[in-house]
Amino acid sequence: MSYANWKAGKKRQAHFLWKDIKDHKTCYFFLAPYAVIFSLFFIAPVIVSICYSFTYFNVLQPPRFIGLTNYINLILADDIFLTAVKNTFLIAAITGPVGYIMAFIFAWLIHELPRSIRAIAVLVFYAPTISGQVYLIWSIIFSGDSYGYFNAYMVEFGIMDNPVLWLTDPRYMMIIVIVVQLWLSLGAGFLSFIAGLNTIPADQYEAGYVDGIRNRWQELWYITLPNMKSMLMFGAVMAISQSFNTADVSMNLCGFPSTDYAAHTVVTHLIDYGQQRFEMGYASAIATVLFAVMYLCNKFIQKALMRLGT
Amino acid sequence: MKKIKAGRQPNRSRAGDVGVAIVLMIFGAFFAFPLVYAINAAFKPLNELFIYPPKLFVRNPTTDNFSDLFLLLNKQGVITFTRYMFNSLFVTTVGTAGHILIASMAAYVLAKYRFPGSRTFFAAVTVALMFTGYVTQIPGYLIMAKLGWTNTYWSLIIPAFASPMGLFLMKQFMESSIPDVLIEAAKIDGAKETKVFWSIVMPLVKPAILTLMIFSIQSLWNNAGTTYIYRDELKMLPFALQTVGAGGVARTGAASAATLFMMILPLTCFILAQSNIVETMASSGIKE
Repeated sequence: MSYANWKAGKKRQAHFLWKDIKDHKTCYFFLAPYAVIFSLFFIAPVIVSICYSFTYFNVLQPPRFIGLTNYINLILADDIFLTAVKNTFLIAAITGPVGYIMAFIFAWLIHELPRSIRAIAVLVFYAPTISGQVYLIWSIIFSGDSYGYFNAYMVEFGIMDNPVLWLTDPRYMMIIVIVVQLWLSLGAGFLSFIAGLNTIPADQYEAGYVDGIRNRWQELWYITLPNMKSMLMFGAVMAISQSFNTADVSMNLCGFPSTDYAAHTVVTHLIDYGQQRFEMGYASAIATVLFAVMYLCNKFIQKALMRLGT
Repeated sequence: MKKIKAGRQPNRSRAGDVGVAIVLMIFGAFFAFPLVYAINAAFKPLNELFIYPPKLFVRNPTTDNFSDLFLLLNKQGVITFTRYMFNSLFVTTVGTAGHILIASMAAYVLAKYRFPGSRTFFAAVTVALMFTGYVTQIPGYLIMAKLGWTNTYWSLIIPAFASPMGLFLMKQFMESSIPDVLIEAAKIDGAKETKVFWSIVMPLVKPAILTLMIFSIQSLWNNAGTTYIYRDELKMLPFALQTVGAGGVARTGAASAATLFMMILPLTCFILAQSNIVETMASSGIKE
């Protein structure tokens, strides 16, 4: 009897599900083009490379299943990975939150400017991102010889006696990577904040004046922030993926591999194994671990943002 | 309701305005640096590029770097510079237009309807943003090869259509800035879903469309296309310019001209898009 009940319940459920799907025919029609391309070029490669992480795969021969060996080696036998994890966490813990808050503050301050100069102000702050590879000028600025701008000026003004090897001395490398990464952090999140601030309906602010909001801080807290919730969520995901994926800056400024692995990150470690040593299975295991950490971090931040303004 | 005048708002102190301007100017100098540097370097004669102590601003501006660049580009081989230019322009235009349309369609239904699978699908999109691209290159290439799309423009254009960042941004935007009542009202008036999407939803998310356009142009225009394309005449502009820069110290001048040259299109689109975004608020009055 209970089994029959259960079976009938299942059948009814399936029936409702089917009806629900049929009712939303248009929705699936709208979603279809995106879903097909996305599954083919984004989901499928991710699933395949997660599968690679359980294999030995040297790109030339077909992958061979080796179970959890890659993960065990990664955690127990790879000292350099631990250095990379430490560096990545440090970079992410600083550039993630600071970059994120900075992006919002600058977007908000620019929004306070008169309308006529806003577009130019956005351009100025977005310059590092739109200029693509131009961050390489930091390697000229911090170049170790006296041709480096920073060394040249410091020596000229008598602040330092000798040029410092900013990019090859392990004591300074992480600081430089963090500074440059922060400088690059006004990217996608920043532009989405700018766009978001421009769509908050004016009547909400008007209602605010009537309700007795007296200064820009109150306006920010009671009107702007609650309205920006969905953009803030977008910015958070972008900040997480940018800060945990730090690699290009470290490789191009501090060398690859860097002195004593002092600026080695999880992603440079992954590139080392994937593209230099052709151990794709191992590299995929690194990618999967990094992905899991970012996923958990995102879960936590989205929960915190849900509470904003309540 | 009366509109607030474009001038001073009632709850802003003058001291605060000045403070905002000062803070922005100080940090602005720090962020604008690469742009200033790139523009100056492109016009520096070779002796100024290597001067000690280094100077940021150009003293005797010259266009020699640009003439060197175009001379080198045309000397390079059988493939002319205009071919690379066409490749990049084509891929950027088609890729961006398709991305905006396809991502917005998907974002609209994900933002405004709950249907079986919608939440899971959206979660997959946000999660896809976090997976490192370096290890997905091999499976990606295998898929392209199976489809027979290697050595075609489509290998760059089609994946760009479904860039997860675009859908994510659009969905967040539509969720917060389109009142449900507006859609319902249009439907009661007999508008079909496609009509609602095209003439109500899309105009309301103009700032997001323009922002998406910036992202898409930036990534496609800077794509050298060398992952899936190995026939030289189908490669993109950045590939041609990289080969110039790889020529050593003597080509420093031409390389800095190349850097600036690559920035012209994204910069122009950026400024046009941003001035439009700023304009929208003045005109859009959504009243419920």
